[in-house]
Amino acid sequence: MSDIAIRAENLGKQYHIGALQLAGGRYTYGSLRDSIANAASAPFRIVRSWIGRDQKVNDTDPTIWALKDVSFEIKRGDIVGVIGRNGAGKSTLLKLLARITKPTTGRAEIHGRVGSLLEVGTGFHPELTGRDNIYLNGSILGMKRAEIARHFDEIVAFAEVEQFIDTPVKHYSTGMYLRLAFAVAAHLETDVLLVDEVLAVGDYRFQEKCLGKMRDVATTGRTILFVSHSMASIQRLCKRAIEISGGRIAADGTPAAVIAQYIGGSLGDTFTEAADPVRPTITRAALVLKEQALLLSVDFESPFTLTPPVFGFVIYNSLGTPVFGTNNTADPISPPPQPSRAGRFEVAIPADHFRPDRYLFSFWLGDPFTDYCVREMVLQVELNGSVGGGLPTEGNGNIYLNTEWRYETVPQSKPL
Amino acid sequence: MMPTGTDPGTANTAFAGIGLDSHPVTVIEPSKGWVAIKLSELWEYRELLYFLTWREVKVRYKQTALGAAWAVIQPLFTMLVFSLFFGRLAKVPSDNIPYPLFCLAGLVPWTFFANGLSQSSTSLVTSSNLISKVYFPRLTIPLSAVLSGAVDFTISLALLVCAMVFYRQVPPVRCLYLPLFFLLAFVTALGVGLWLSALNVKYRDVRYTIPFLTQFWMFATPIAYPSSLLREPWRAVYGLNPMAGVVEGFRWALVGADTAPGPMIAASSCAAMLILVGGSFYFQRMEKTFADVV
Repeated sequence: MSDIAIRAENLGKQYHIGALQLAGGRYTYGSLRDSIANAASAPFRIVRSWIGRDQKVNDTDPTIWALKDVSFEIKRGDIVGVIGRNGAGKSTLLKLLARITKPTTGRAEIHGRVGSLLEVGTGFHPELTGRDNIYLNGSILGMKRAEIARHFDEIVAFAEVEQFIDTPVKHYSTGMYLRLAFAVAAHLETDVLLVDEVLAVGDYRFQEKCLGKMRDVATTGRTILFVSHSMASIQRLCKRAIEISGGRIAADGTPAAVIAQYIGGSLGDTFTEAADPVRPTITRAALVLKEQALLLSVDFESPFTLTPPVFGFVIYNSLGTPVFGTNNTADPISPPPQPSRAGRFEVAIPADHFRPDRYLFSFWLGDPFTDYCVREMVLQVELNGSVGGGLPTEGNGNIYLNTEWRYETVPQSKPL
Repeated sequence: MMPTGTDPGTANTAFAGIGLDSHPVTVIEPSKGWVAIKLSELWEYRELLYFLTWREVKVRYKQTALGAAWAVIQPLFTMLVFSLFFGRLAKVPSDNIPYPLFCLAGLVPWTFFANGLSQSSTSLVTSSNLISKVYFPRLTIPLSAVLSGAVDFTISLALLVCAMVFYRQVPPVRCLYLPLFFLLAFVTALGVGLWLSALNVKYRDVRYTIPFLTQFWMFATPIAYPSSLLREPWRAVYGLNPMAGVVEGFRWALVGADTAPGPMIAASSCAAMLILVGGSFYFQRMEKTFADVV
């Protein structure tokens, strides 16, 4: 027998973009009238193409490959993370493997019972009680009634909704609803599980609980293909990661290597953006390394007065884990910024506190009440200083603090 | 890990014991053109069909003041209006049956058909969140929409029984054929529902044609008038409208209309089967694009 759980060979999915919204990877629907109009004009187009005047006859039905020539094998019991930017083809890949849509080319084989969690709470009906929805959602996900009944108490306990189990879910808080939905999904007992971003639900504590559950599932020998934007989750859960870019596999390897390539991509040390007529915008951000300091300067413009402007940044390491973040509310500026429509923030960050790594910066700009402009991971800087006494970053952390040490010899308490 | 082999549905895979390679293999490939109807797969998903139907039934009359009474009100009031205008004023013949009873015997199966038709036609679009997120045989969606109407049908059938008691109409022995006529109405509703639901995914125009279609079809069906107005071979030809066979069948089986509708019902059964088989193939052919288009 083979120990392969999923094998994909040259999988490809082509979409017609005549009426396609690319972001969702779906067509919009046409009306019969459009089709009739199209059919009526088709003969003319064909004749024109015979005459050879109109070379662009195919442009009336342009297509795009959302996924192309994707081949990989996943071993039984592996947890594989899939990363990529929006529209890269991650979701299309999951939809193909989950049999929601058919591939245009290629072939894939999945060995074992397949379960897919592309969304939490699929098929939940607001008028039905929590109890009813557990059965309904479970059966939609492919569980047998006996299986749901066996796990029923566990699901309710996991979701922490014991008191409300016979209340219609429309009266649930968002948190309760999501917890219940995830709880059902988490008890799906299939050999192969295809998961899309479902961990992005609930508060921090519940997310941790979900991650823990996923890890438990993994230890039972099941195979998981896991699409996520959370580098930290992929880092913690997966043994292997695949990056998809432009519908193709761009990288395949250990999560650390793939994530490093993915977020490092093509960022430089300056970022510029045109001012927006309706929203405050960070128009320019630049990083300069001068002696032992990283100098960050950020310009903004706003169509209205920010009273006063508030700017913040977060620094991530090359694995995408936040290392440090602050803002001028936490670290007040003196004299404080005046209400203004344009300005420049300058921050000096001591570089000698960072071990060698590649660091990425996210920014946000707002006033004390609202964040108007958020730009995630838009700058990067490589720090190669001798900070850290030669200890590697991996295993010792990104932050290096100037620790004070003392030593003295003490007499042995009991002579040997 | 607990194997789920105790379940009869997976027994064949669990039977091979320790061998993990006994697991089912799912093959994902492009498919083209007409494909065979996978009835075995539908059977595998029977529990889902049950839950979807149960959901439809459970939520149908939620947050309505009158609840399931609506299942009675619809045919009852249509019957009253028809009795007044067609029975009293226009003096439409009714095969020697009291006109209200004559009319109600047609309206009860018709209401089931019309509701099943409109529910199933829009079912795929209203379940688009399911279709784009989970795999299961799509056939279960329109099927559950029609099936859920059976509850309303049972309620309105009780109304018909009340009317029969009121008119002291004893049902003849041939009322045992009634399930067959119900099945015929079911097959017709499902067949048309399959065609329209698959079309509706691509062309939302369908939604606008449904009220028009059901109204038109109602007058093309002998509900307010008897099909005995026609002579025989024409009456059988009329049976090509499957609902004509259903309605005349109901009258024959329940309220004892003496117009033996044999040839008509044969024609209706053939027409209904054709619609269902054609609808199934068309549905199956379009199925693979639903998630992309809906």
